[in-house]
Amino acid sequence: MSRLLALLQRETALAWGRGGGPLVAVGFYAGVATLLPLAIGPEPQRLAAIATGAAWVALALASLLSLDRLFERDFEDGALDLLTLSPTPLELTCFIKCVGQWLATGAPLAVAAPVAAIGLGASLNLAPLIFACALLGGLAFAFMGGIGAALSLGARRGGLLTAVIVLPLFVPPVIFGGGALDSFANGLPWRGGFALLGAYAAIAVALGPVAMAAACRNALS
Amino acid sequence: MHGNAKLSKRLDDRVITHLSIRDTAIRRGGRLVFEDVCLELSAGEACALTGENGSGKTSLLRAVAGLVNLDAGEIGFGAVDVEDARAEGLHLVGHADGLKSARTAREELAFWGQWCGGGGGGGGIDAAADALELTSLLDLEVRRLSAGQRRRLALARTLAAPRALWLLDEPLSPLDARWRTRLSELMQQHLDGGGMILAAVHDPLPVATRSLELSA
Repeated sequence: MSRLLALLQRETALAWGRGGGPLVAVGFYAGVATLLPLAIGPEPQRLAAIATGAAWVALALASLLSLDRLFERDFEDGALDLLTLSPTPLELTCFIKCVGQWLATGAPLAVAAPVAAIGLGASLNLAPLIFACALLGGLAFAFMGGIGAALSLGARRGGLLTAVIVLPLFVPPVIFGGGALDSFANGLPWRGGFALLGAYAAIAVALGPVAMAAACRNALS
Repeated sequence: MHGNAKLSKRLDDRVITHLSIRDTAIRRGGRLVFEDVCLELSAGEACALTGENGSGKTSLLRAVAGLVNLDAGEIGFGAVDVEDARAEGLHLVGHADGLKSARTAREELAFWGQWCGGGGGGGGIDAAADALELTSLLDLEVRRLSAGQRRRLALARTLAAPRALWLLDEPLSPLDARWRTRLSELMQQHLDGGGMILAAVHDPLPVATRSLELSA
């Protein structure tokens, strides 16, 4: 157990420093959330209509930022070799790496998401649901993203490849989360979309580590 | 010393006392690196693995650790299950040392000591740092260490978490004359405690009891 805690601590610390860490992720997020209204036009009504959707898409993009280094650095410097020489199954190791990624970038982004949405004109009472959706969606983004990061190990320009692999996997959470937020804003039942988002996150957490471990083994051998 | 005391305390059926490499062949990228390589190594023995660049020394070490697939042959660890042996019975110290340059030497040594040793605890880490004279360097970031100091930090893992089989990839090359002697002493202590060493080397390995030459 102490071994897993030590790994979680290390992974969170590394993710915090990776590619600038949460500050860069949140900064990028703020940048994308600002660009969208500049392109669409300043009318508050029109902005309010797209506020939650824009905040949600920006969140998915910002989650991509530090993904490419999730396994790449450990692969290059030999740490991934040493991580496999342990009684801890590689699946569990991958799981903890993704949890670290989520704590270091998903959680700060979840705090920034309601701020961005409200800044774009979403109503205040949406804030708790946006936070919850971003937290849950961030989990799905981290674990699905981990699959892409592991699959692109050893490839040249692996970062771009990661994005191309991962973006299709981000489609369901974007639809479910965006749907739940839209329904809530319009006074419609929103729990279904939220539950589907939760289900997708659960699938990502359950199956992601298996796929990541297989991809890592393949890259190492 | 400390490492070997712990090792002998754990001398049960989970500790590797034998390594056998039988008729192994490795193919990398379609090219046959070597074939028909055999080696039997028992507790207390060290083998110097020699050969030209590209003759497959690193590949053989990684194959023993289970990181490279064999094309033919098999690798066994005596009575110990192969999975258990690789999970808990061996250390691999190579060029890619797994040390993160932005973290301090103490953080890295503490983490890897705990990762490899399970229980962890500060005692083993302090003793390992002491044996490799790293104590005054522990608060530095890994990027500030010289190549030799960095190698010593990687080697400190083997003392922080006692494991029977050491797989060392050119352990001596970045070290100065004094440290080559000192490392040989530490390796001898490991062997005296019932450990085994398989080391890829270009220079003579003083503690080696046998040698294996790979030809490209």
